[in-house]
Amino acid sequence: MKKTMYEKIWDSHLVVEVDGQAPLIYVDRHLMHEVTSPQAFEGLRLANRKVRNPHSILATMDHCVPTKNRHLPIPDPIARKQVEVMAENCAENGLNLYDMKNPNNGVIHVVVPEHGFVHPGMVVVCGDSHTATHGAFGALAFGIGTSEVEHVMATQTLPQQKSKTMLVQVNGKLPKYSSAKDIALAIIGKIGTAGGTGHVIEYAGEAIKLLSMEGRMTLCNMAIEAGARAGLVAPDEKTYEYLKGKEFAPKGTQWDQALAYWQSLPSEEGAAFDAIVELDAADIAPQVSWGTSPEQVVGVDGCVPAPESFDNEGKRKACESALAYMGLTANTKMTDISVDLVFIGSCTNGRIEDFRIAAEVTKGTKVAKGVKAIAVPGSYHVKHQAEDEGLDKIFIEAGWEWRDPGCSMCLAMNGDELTKGQRSASTSNRNFEGRQGKGGRTHLVSPAMAAAAAAAGHFVDIRNFG
Amino acid sequence: MEPYRKHESIAALMNRSNVDTDQIIPKQFLKRVERSGFGAHLFHDWRFNDDGSDNAEFELNKPVFKGAKILVVGDNFGCGSSREHAPWAIADYGFNTIISTSYADIFYNNCFKNGILPIKVNSQQLDSLMAEINANEGVRFVVDLEDKQVITPAGNSFTFDIDPFRKGNLLSGLDDIGLTLKHLDKIGAYEEKHKKAFPWLWAQ
Repeated sequence: MKKTMYEKIWDSHLVVEVDGQAPLIYVDRHLMHEVTSPQAFEGLRLANRKVRNPHSILATMDHCVPTKNRHLPIPDPIARKQVEVMAENCAENGLNLYDMKNPNNGVIHVVVPEHGFVHPGMVVVCGDSHTATHGAFGALAFGIGTSEVEHVMATQTLPQQKSKTMLVQVNGKLPKYSSAKDIALAIIGKIGTAGGTGHVIEYAGEAIKLLSMEGRMTLCNMAIEAGARAGLVAPDEKTYEYLKGKEFAPKGTQWDQALAYWQSLPSEEGAAFDAIVELDAADIAPQVSWGTSPEQVVGVDGCVPAPESFDNEGKRKACESALAYMGLTANTKMTDISVDLVFIGSCTNGRIEDFRIAAEVTKGTKVAKGVKAIAVPGSYHVKHQAEDEGLDKIFIEAGWEWRDPGCSMCLAMNGDELTKGQRSASTSNRNFEGRQGKGGRTHLVSPAMAAAAAAAGHFVDIRNFG
Repeated sequence: MEPYRKHESIAALMNRSNVDTDQIIPKQFLKRVERSGFGAHLFHDWRFNDDGSDNAEFELNKPVFKGAKILVVGDNFGCGSSREHAPWAIADYGFNTIISTSYADIFYNNCFKNGILPIKVNSQQLDSLMAEINANEGVRFVVDLEDKQVITPAGNSFTFDIDPFRKGNLLSGLDDIGLTLKHLDKIGAYEEKHKKAFPWLWAQ
């Protein structure tokens, strides 16, 4: 039988199958941050268990770290303790940690690829749903809970049920100014936030092939927002080029050996998927979310929908409550919605390419009156590269704040947040109620759209901007 | 983990779909390094007013749902973040059973690690259960995991499917890690094979 890439990775990682039990699969890489790990370390200690393979782990601090005044102690004592506990746990177990002062620090899903820690064909886990990001390399990467973090530390394996497979085929070329983020949002708009539940998505088609590695990371990152266990893109020359020479990439003859293996991974022609979804890239306009779920999204040239436009009662009710929470009226043009705050950053859109396109849009503009705009690079490496290219100056001259790396306003754990009723244009991944602060209203967009909104003070169709 | 036993308890109704883990336990409570104490913050932003008082409009604040162990909710419960703080909060609050048509994958897995039984029903069944609770708030359902059935007084009883391995673990309260460590020899053998096949993954 012809195999999909998912099936190949699954088969090569199967450790044991016992009747009546979930199969055990082997975990190659385990990523860690300060929020979902402390209880797992405590569990290990209580059971007198050890980390089986410390070299499989890379840890960072990102969720609750401040993005300014990092030379001062963290003002929030509970966050400070969480960071301290992380440092103690990593030291005690001999784990590689990029702490707040480390030049490699940043958001876990931005940092890990920068060092070539994830390769095609691996099984990668992290106590974080956006682990799906690493599917961009053709690795099976998915989020797990804290009990599972403990399980992987102790056993290097995980009991897993095999997922179904879904092929998302994006044909043709994206129009100018539409990006990977817009593909991700358009897919979620089409299949819904539960559309991929129980599935691993493989993204394929011309538009996906044409994406850079950064773009593929943005796309796979949001597979979880479509409900999928993981997202995958077949490795190709771009993948190998990206990895070559990175710290944890194979070297010398091992590179050739690894490359031969990676080239064997893509799904075979004619392999069967449990579900297939097709989109035409040419139809994907720059997207803006209007509601409190990533599936509540529309092209920027569209309007806020009316509840009665949905034929399903659940969706009608969800629309009503989203409009009430978001303070929006049905049939308002998306370009008539004004914003108070603009955030560029996160594991979805905090990479160098994101800041390049945002800077291109920002150049020569000023942040609109009454709008606060913050740029939060995904890592120190992104920050320094952007500074080498002079991008920081473009943002600062336009009135943006240029910060240190962290998750920041993506989940607003570190003090960067919206106040009640404030509205944001955000390059992050979730527009749930209260996600960016209690009562805050989030609109998900691409970096280019965010930059244009900062300058105009409201959403603008980037295709007509400037 | 406490073994899951047959019980009869109040079924609380929250007729909302796509309830995400950010609502179940908002991010400001994720900074704790302990596993306990999250129940006090369950559904915080819906449950409490800005001044910290109970929000009388919120379903679970109805006195009639006090002490409920069963939570009946709309589709796609637990979507979003992987935070296990969500099931910790649910269990700590006192629920050990959830009934919905569907759950997000990571949340579903996390439930079983914390003694919570997430039962899947079809939309018609969910509608009938919701109607039964609406008509008789405070109604008690019997949940029998051994026989995979839920019994309700108004005749909406049903049987449900559940993976036998997960069922066994819930019933025995067994630690997953202990179970996996029984296969230590196989893990070791796999690693030897893995080192030969993928030596670049082991280069340090």
